[in-house]
Amino acid sequence: MQIHGWGNYPTIDAEVTKPLYLYDCARLINGGPFIARGMGRSYGDSANAERVLQTTQLDRYLDFDANAGTLTCEAGVTLREILSIITTKGWFLPVTPGTSFVTIGGAIASDVHGKNHHISGTFCEHVTEITMLLGSGELVTTSPIEKSDLFHTTCGGMGLTGVILTATIKLKAIKSTNIIQTTLKADCLENIYDQFEAHQSSTYSVAWIDCLASGKRLGTSILMLGEHAEDGILESRMGKTITVPTYMPAQILNPLTVRAFNKLYYTKVSHQKTSTVPYKPYFFPLDKINDWNKLYGKNGFVQYQFVLPKAIGIGGMREILTKIAASGAGSFLAVLKMFRAQNQNLLSFPLEGYTLALDFKMNTETVSLIKELDAMIVDLGGRIYLTKDALMSSQTFKATYHQWQQFEMVREKYKAVGHFSSAQSQRLGLL
Amino acid sequence: MKKILIIGASSSMAEHCARLFAARGDSLYLVARNQEKLNSLQKDLSVRGAVKVSTYVMDANDYKSHSKMLDNAEVTLDGIDTVLIAHGTLSNQKNCEQNVDLTMQEINTNGLSAIALLTDIANRFEARGKGTIAVISSVAGDRGRSSNYVYGSAKAMVTTFTSGLRQRLYKSNVSVVTIMPGFVDTPMTAAFKKGPLWATPSKAAKAIIKAIDKRNEEVYVPGFWGLVMLIVKLIPNGIFKKMNL
Repeated sequence: MQIHGWGNYPTIDAEVTKPLYLYDCARLINGGPFIARGMGRSYGDSANAERVLQTTQLDRYLDFDANAGTLTCEAGVTLREILSIITTKGWFLPVTPGTSFVTIGGAIASDVHGKNHHISGTFCEHVTEITMLLGSGELVTTSPIEKSDLFHTTCGGMGLTGVILTATIKLKAIKSTNIIQTTLKADCLENIYDQFEAHQSSTYSVAWIDCLASGKRLGTSILMLGEHAEDGILESRMGKTITVPTYMPAQILNPLTVRAFNKLYYTKVSHQKTSTVPYKPYFFPLDKINDWNKLYGKNGFVQYQFVLPKAIGIGGMREILTKIAASGAGSFLAVLKMFRAQNQNLLSFPLEGYTLALDFKMNTETVSLIKELDAMIVDLGGRIYLTKDALMSSQTFKATYHQWQQFEMVREKYKAVGHFSSAQSQRLGLL
Repeated sequence: MKKILIIGASSSMAEHCARLFAARGDSLYLVARNQEKLNSLQKDLSVRGAVKVSTYVMDANDYKSHSKMLDNAEVTLDGIDTVLIAHGTLSNQKNCEQNVDLTMQEINTNGLSAIALLTDIANRFEARGKGTIAVISSVAGDRGRSSNYVYGSAKAMVTTFTSGLRQRLYKSNVSVVTIMPGFVDTPMTAAFKKGPLWATPSKAAKAIIKAIDKRNEEVYVPGFWGLVMLIVKLIPNGIFKKMNL
């Protein structure tokens, strides 16, 4: 069957196996290389392969200690599911990415980050143990202490070290499922950088940025800060969703409509406004719209996320934003975020600095724009998020993920080479 | 809190029903052939909120073991409110046509073993004057079709049997719910090409739970299958026999 990532680009004809129980997974090992895939929410081709092990039916819990706040479950359980069970008991996920429709296996393989990265780091920094299936067919347990080389290669390792079967995570205690949100407006890039620095102690912080704003308005953005409410209810309502029924004509999203939307959005939000909101719209605003990816039309889109090191200052981001604004190709959904220092995971994306994420409609102009942006990011000492990538060259990858050779050595040691491979890993020149 | 016995608990539809029971804090007694599967269900359903989850290994085709299992379930749960009979296999029609033993085995698994269980359970519930007996039958039992009439005839037996049982137990305040699923995307149907008529097991489970809670009749899951099967049943034999269904 034809499968693709969330960006609907690229697609691949794959043989998809959906095991029902953990012990069914080992059967796939000897039939040639494959990749594990969860909800297919990575944007590009990191979960694309000719053979795919889909983990969505490995969705059982093994243990939840509501006193200690630890949870163990199979790889295919989604963060949404976990939240529906733990929140009413006073617990929350330590790190949440922008959608709750991801599996725990995917969250680990991508070492996802959230609005609290500047304080809490990535998802895997709260994973205490993983059991996994190696290329040899062996089942092993790995943790920051046990086989730590395997652990730090698997966390953020894009599924290339083996199949994650179960994981144990340390949860975060909450007193309410509500979030106290404060919005602050920034009229230029310096201003938003200053505000990020000034609000470093805020638990959650993320900015929406208008990528079409140029000149004096370059960097116009809205910073959204958040704290868990100290009192109130513990509830987990699923809320109503709407569905994009079909692929929209790609022309609907053009510089004119996006510019109008961005202006309107910026005007509508008031400065220094504090409000109490449920956690779902705060953390997962787009989860309300099923299949929102179809808004970009049949050809799909590329989500482009990069990080630039703090040390190079604001100039690099200005250069890139100027380039994007000039192209007129940016989307509504551009997000700016400050990261803390990188962790020990070999292919983990975040490094100390600022990250920008935005969508580009898929077309030939996008391909050449991204090529130019990639080159700028290499020069600036940054890198591109593998979970969103669909186009990066092997040279760019190897120039920016400095530990890729060590990554390959650990894969070799644990018999992953020749067993686990994706369209992305082949493109990036990994064995 | 309800006390629920599920036979064929490792089937995908039954497991999704069990998750919904667990989420509302019911107490569960799970019966299946494989202890390893039961173990993982037990842990999972406990986390999902089930007050208590007990397991029992049994092959439904071993009729002699039924009453011991039922005795055990009654003691462990301290009385049973609801039974869900969900075990079954999707017979390979072509293989059955060439093999009498295989055909008999499929009829046993999908039809006779359910009849044996129902006979025993009915007497227990009738004596107490309360309870709900839910059985997963199939739309395949509504009319025999060349593509799966072995499986279909076993399910027809279950549907007809429960229809009579419902009349009998109505007087004793015991509900008999016959669930008639259409196409559900489960491991049993993994080999089929999926289209818009297919439901996920979790959607089907929601409808099944609703039926168990509120109804005392035959319930199609999803509901549109009632209309589909009505049309299928109305096709005159002269035309039906020439069709390829």
